[in-house]
Amino acid sequence: MATQTRYAPDRGLTVRMTATMFLLGLVFVAFVALIIGIMSAANASGASIVLVALIFGGGTAFASLFFSDKIALAAAGAREVSPKEAPELHGIVDRLCALADMDKPRVAIAPGMMPNAFATGRNSKNSVLCVTEGLLYHTGLTQEELEGVLAHELSHVAHKDVQVMTYASLLAIVAGLLVRFAFYSELFGGGRRSSNDGNAALIIPLILLASAVVYAISFLLIRLLSRYRELAADRSGALLTQNPSALMSALQKVSGGMNRIPTQDLRAAEPLNAFYFAPAMKLSGGASLSAVFSTHPSLEKRIEQLSKIQRELGQPGADPRGIR
Amino acid sequence: MGFLDTLFGRSKPVQPKLDDLFGLPSAAVQLEAAMGFKPTGSGSVSFRAPEGRPFADIQKEVLELLAMDDDKPGGGLPVEVTKDGYGYTWLVSNHMSDEIDALVTDLHAVNSALVDGGFGPQLLCTLVAFTDDSHRRLSLVYLYKRGTFYPFAPLSGNNRDNALELQAKGILGDDLRMEQDLTRWFPVWGAPGL
Repeated sequence: MATQTRYAPDRGLTVRMTATMFLLGLVFVAFVALIIGIMSAANASGASIVLVALIFGGGTAFASLFFSDKIALAAAGAREVSPKEAPELHGIVDRLCALADMDKPRVAIAPGMMPNAFATGRNSKNSVLCVTEGLLYHTGLTQEELEGVLAHELSHVAHKDVQVMTYASLLAIVAGLLVRFAFYSELFGGGRRSSNDGNAALIIPLILLASAVVYAISFLLIRLLSRYRELAADRSGALLTQNPSALMSALQKVSGGMNRIPTQDLRAAEPLNAFYFAPAMKLSGGASLSAVFSTHPSLEKRIEQLSKIQRELGQPGADPRGIR
Repeated sequence: MGFLDTLFGRSKPVQPKLDDLFGLPSAAVQLEAAMGFKPTGSGSVSFRAPEGRPFADIQKEVLELLAMDDDKPGGGLPVEVTKDGYGYTWLVSNHMSDEIDALVTDLHAVNSALVDGGFGPQLLCTLVAFTDDSHRRLSLVYLYKRGTFYPFAPLSGNNRDNALELQAKGILGDDLRMEQDLTRWFPVWGAPGL
């Protein structure tokens, strides 16, 4: 049976995402190979710190994944709201979930003037969608624009972005821990080493160097992946509501609001950045540099993609079933 | 969603299931026999109108199609189009209360026109209203994406009569595919045609 869909999948985005994930995997494999190589070259006295970093890093990642909803809600100071308390918000989410045929996430509202929204949780059953009071009341979003934002966040849930990004970050977490461990053991452990342990003295700086390089590369790749996931969520959200222009104007309003926000709020919100609708933190420095480091694509990129979808929607139905 | 779709952050538009809608007439008989609820004769289809010209054309076609039906005897009142506060479009078809078959045919005509145009993923739900002698209201809502029904009994002031809804679910269980996941019984307050 031919499924009828009017929209071509964005192959370019898929290809770029695949390449990013492939590179991340490659760095991971190279890192493991390197560590094993270093270990076997010298007889394995540095093995303990690698093991500790793996257990610590893995444990942290797993815990943050498992408790992601609770951690994020607590960090944002958000409160879960019932349908009675926020009937409109629930109404929009209800309908979007029915359209997309997905489980309804819990809905929460966070205090604060900063207009933003995030969705988190390890799977669709345990996810929570949170919007700030700023977004609801102080940005002047129309109902359709708010719906666009919520559809974007629901797409994050549907794409399991919290899981994907946690797995992707695992390597960076472990490498980052290794850098720290190696650094401290160099600082404090150096004096204890006896003269016949020459190989081991080399191990620690080597691991330090390798981990630092791996950390830097994987950090950039993760940021890149995060930007692609945002674009994917924009796309799915716009196709779900069939209203890319509302999402575009919401983006513009929210980004405009971001620039007016005092820095204290921004600093408090920084840890949650990756899951936010729009990044709360503006990196100083050149535009090109901040583009490489940021978790979200630039407003221009997002608008450009949405305009493309808008044009697709407006195309006359010569073949209404469109591209399969 | 499949593994690859998750990996690449794609969500496919969900296609609606239409066939179960034809279970409604027999369910209406059940509902009247067991609970005294009769169809009011009005039913509605709710969908998300996409922006852009192609959809506007299809919508016009659908309306013309239904208007043609109305010339026939027993065709009922013309179809009303309303947009609700959430931005969804509702086509309300009004018939006499004993014409549930004609009503379902109308609703299905709307569905199939939209699906044929490639707009199937935009269908949200369809709603058929019932009432009893003491003017309690009960409607059956059909979720296109799940292919299931659930009852919705609004009371005044955004409350719903859960007891009545659960009673209806028990009675209709054999005739219709009822939605088992109660979290998906989302309320449609003030829906046109209720």
